Amino acid sequence: MSARDQHGLAAPHGDFQIIGKPQRKIDGAAKATGSALYTDDLTLPGMLHAKTLRSPHPHARIVSIDTSAAQALPGVHGVITGKDLPTPYGVIPWTPDETALAVGKVRFIGDEVAAVAAVDEDTALRALELIQVEYEVLHSYQDPKEALERDEPTIHQNKRGNNVSKRVKLDFGEVDQAFEASPVVIKGDYSFHGSTHAAIEPHCALAQVDGDGLLTLWSATQITHYVHRALSSVLDLAPHRIRVIQPAIGGAFGGKSDPFSLEFCVAKLAQITGRPVKMLWAREEVFYAHRGRHPMEMQYSLAANEDGKIQGVDARILIDGGSYSSFGLVTTYYSGQLLTGPYDFPTYRFDSTRVFTNKPPCGPKRGHGSVQPRFAFEVQLDELAEKLSIDPIELRRRNSIGPQTKTVNGQRITSCGFDECLLQVEEASDWKNKRQNLGSGKGVGVAGSMYISGTNYPIYPNEMPQAGIQIKVDRSGVVTVFSGANDIGQGSSSMVAYVVAEELGLTLDMLRVVAADTDLCPVDLGAYSSRVTFMVGNAAIDASRKLRKLVVGSLAKHWDVEERRVRLVKGEALDLEDPERHMTMAEAFQIAEVEHDTLGATGSYNTPTLGGDYRGGSIGASPAYSFSAHVVEVEVDEETGRIDVQEVWCAHDCGKALNPILVSGQIEGSVYMGIAEALYEHHRTNRFGLHSGPSLLDYPLATTLDTPEIKSLIVESNDPEGPYGAKEAGEGPLHSAIPALSNAIFDAVGIRLRHLPFTPDVVLRALREKRTNDNQAPSPGSDA
Amino acid sequence: MRVLQLEINGDAREVAAHDHWTLLEVLRYSLGLVGSKQGCDKGDCGSCTVLFDGKPVLSCLTLAGSAVGHQVTTIEGLAPKPTGTLQPVLDPVQVAFNDCGALQCGFCQPGMMLSARALLNTNAEPSREEIHQALSGNLCRCTGYTQIVQAVETAVARIAQGDGASASNDGAAGHSPPDDGVSA
Repeated sequence: MSARDQHGLAAPHGDFQIIGKPQRKIDGAAKATGSALYTDDLTLPGMLHAKTLRSPHPHARIVSIDTSAAQALPGVHGVITGKDLPTPYGVIPWTPDETALAVGKVRFIGDEVAAVAAVDEDTALRALELIQVEYEVLHSYQDPKEALERDEPTIHQNKRGNNVSKRVKLDFGEVDQAFEASPVVIKGDYSFHGSTHAAIEPHCALAQVDGDGLLTLWSATQITHYVHRALSSVLDLAPHRIRVIQPAIGGAFGGKSDPFSLEFCVAKLAQITGRPVKMLWAREEVFYAHRGRHPMEMQYSLAANEDGKIQGVDARILIDGGSYSSFGLVTTYYSGQLLTGPYDFPTYRFDSTRVFTNKPPCGPKRGHGSVQPRFAFEVQLDELAEKLSIDPIELRRRNSIGPQTKTVNGQRITSCGFDECLLQVEEASDWKNKRQNLGSGKGVGVAGSMYISGTNYPIYPNEMPQAGIQIKVDRSGVVTVFSGANDIGQGSSSMVAYVVAEELGLTLDMLRVVAADTDLCPVDLGAYSSRVTFMVGNAAIDASRKLRKLVVGSLAKHWDVEERRVRLVKGEALDLEDPERHMTMAEAFQIAEVEHDTLGATGSYNTPTLGGDYRGGSIGASPAYSFSAHVVEVEVDEETGRIDVQEVWCAHDCGKALNPILVSGQIEGSVYMGIAEALYEHHRTNRFGLHSGPSLLDYPLATTLDTPEIKSLIVESNDPEGPYGAKEAGEGPLHSAIPALSNAIFDAVGIRLRHLPFTPDVVLRALREKRTNDNQAPSPGSDA
Repeated sequence: MRVLQLEINGDAREVAAHDHWTLLEVLRYSLGLVGSKQGCDKGDCGSCTVLFDGKPVLSCLTLAGSAVGHQVTTIEGLAPKPTGTLQPVLDPVQVAFNDCGALQCGFCQPGMMLSARALLNTNAEPSREEIHQALSGNLCRCTGYTQIVQAVETAVARIAQGDGASASNDGAAGHSPPDDGVSA
């Protein structure tokens, strides 16, 4: 289906039966009873256990590796090193700079060097200790500024001979003229620390090679299709000899959207040993695998009129990429490309540079590449509001871009509920009575944001569908839907079931969904970029409507009535004008099968041509954008520097909530994650490159006691191209939580926090500086 | 290696285990009870929570040998014994978690539901603060805890009404959570 075949927003049979109503998830009962099987829950006869040897140096040349003692240890069945898997890979095909195990050099403490398969984990761990590796230690880069300035040694070989991973510089409109002509200019430095996904399930993979040499990999991945492609390349095995299956997955958030070392290692070890091989990473290893949010140092300049209308934005961003490219090419683009809404401004420039450092590699974390610039920009907008004495919500309203518009970088905005989001958080939070009025140490702050519902950039260039669905019908009435999409807990398989059930008039207990199995399911590109509801939802509608047409046509003939009289609803087919005439859907399918032979249908989705007419103009070009607004209420303890977030209101324009329970869950989870990374979390290494605390105690996640009251407010702008009007909900609602928190702290105690995280020591220092400044030059509203 | 006499979900089980094996290892590797999850293996995340005589313990920090003499309940044993009606019957906590959207990825939830059950074993009318306290040892990365707390409160309300054990999944009605304010 092309995007030009618009689905419209209407229910297929009058009122919606399932869509828009609270529903259980189709895998809810399995998860409630503990019977859902995750990768580490799978065991195969004769299965071996594998472990990984990791680098103790942040940057070193490998002089030699001796695995003979490990090989000789009883119980060890296979030992591999970089020479066994030398083909480089990378999720972005232009930057294949990773190998499954280090080839020639290591680039961070924790980089994978060798892997062992043995009868049990204890034996594998003992074997790792017997592997002798001689290293020649190289200078390591822990500071991205040094990596930008110093070229030798290079972490990766590139054409430029430096440590730059990617630079993107784009100009839109006459930026310098706009700044010269504008009466108000605000400049500031902002920074975002690193944070990681910390999904509760560690990475795990299991491989088996059957008697015919067919390789099956079960893996906790959110991108089955890309893992399939990467395995084929690295193992030099035809893709039709490989099957990749994603079992139930224990959270991902972007942290499982690269191909990972363990997936190649278990596959190779299974080939070598002839036995199934499983590898489960310890929690510590998950911190090394990382791919978390990039630290960014950001300089923003903002030009505006005296009425607060933005005239220009100018950004320079230094991105700390860590040791490998991962999605870094896209990250670098996203750091600029996704800032151009929900506000309308005529000129924009960004100059983003991602550098390599000798740290765990950064990648996509919920709100990939855009959470950091959004923080900087929305804090700066608050500074503008303060300077002009305009209510910060009113300032945002004045700049709101609105529906059916185009952003300064040429992105098409269709539906846009941002004004409604602002209104809802304003009213729900009692903003007007609270702002500047809550008393000592208390305050409220606001921020807004925009995010993509997938993009038209398919990672590897091709014109095939980005999402596919196949439907099989059984004479019993059971309808099995084959969906390539990775359900990572967000409920994509449930979403597919809701759509198909709605279209075919089925009850949910008649639906089965088989997902994320490359042998059984059509290709979907994976659970990233918040693309699944929009794209796979549309593919499911496409397939369902083809099937419905057959069934309705057959029934109309069978009853000798016009097709418009046939309704499929709640598991029954009925004649609208003759209540006596009805049958079960099982009977209806059988009648259709007589006419059409075995019933089935396929459906697909591809984005229309989108994006600006310039290099990189399609990166960040989405068929639909979601919008969010947050109000955060805080209380700051001026004695201890502790910030207590009292309540967060988040209004999110998801287009249409296909299941409001799941949408609320995404909003709440996003807000929680954003607030927690602003207050507690910090993924960092020390100056020697050693991780500061790779555990869930040292990297503190918020508990029930730390998480604020969260009010999710669903705004429905009914997108013209989304499935029933739906857009994304999984990532957008994280963004503006963080700047809204900073802005609330300013409202509470008058300190402007431009650098994350907002730990008590940072707050106390800012409060002290503010007191000093107030004493020296008592001017109201001065910043820390 | 020792042979341990354990009582797991009401079953007497005899298990040979290394002296240093944890209860989590015995549950997952010896008994195939893989509903108890390993998220960190060092007592930080709570995903491995099981009940010892009705009280929550971290099975990854509990030596298997120390489970001898205790009644151990895992997620596989949380639902009441079948009544012979052939309809699945779940604990009201499980039903409420399913109804309220608390089961996103679901990985932490076996431990979370057991902690919730342990709370309700001793406190039939917990306040929201008491719920927060009781669940504070169980990390969830998906939900922001909001729907989890709603689920516990829903279970409390339903138990008080003598309801909540219905797990029927027979059609659209079965999939629709009752509209009792659980959706935001």
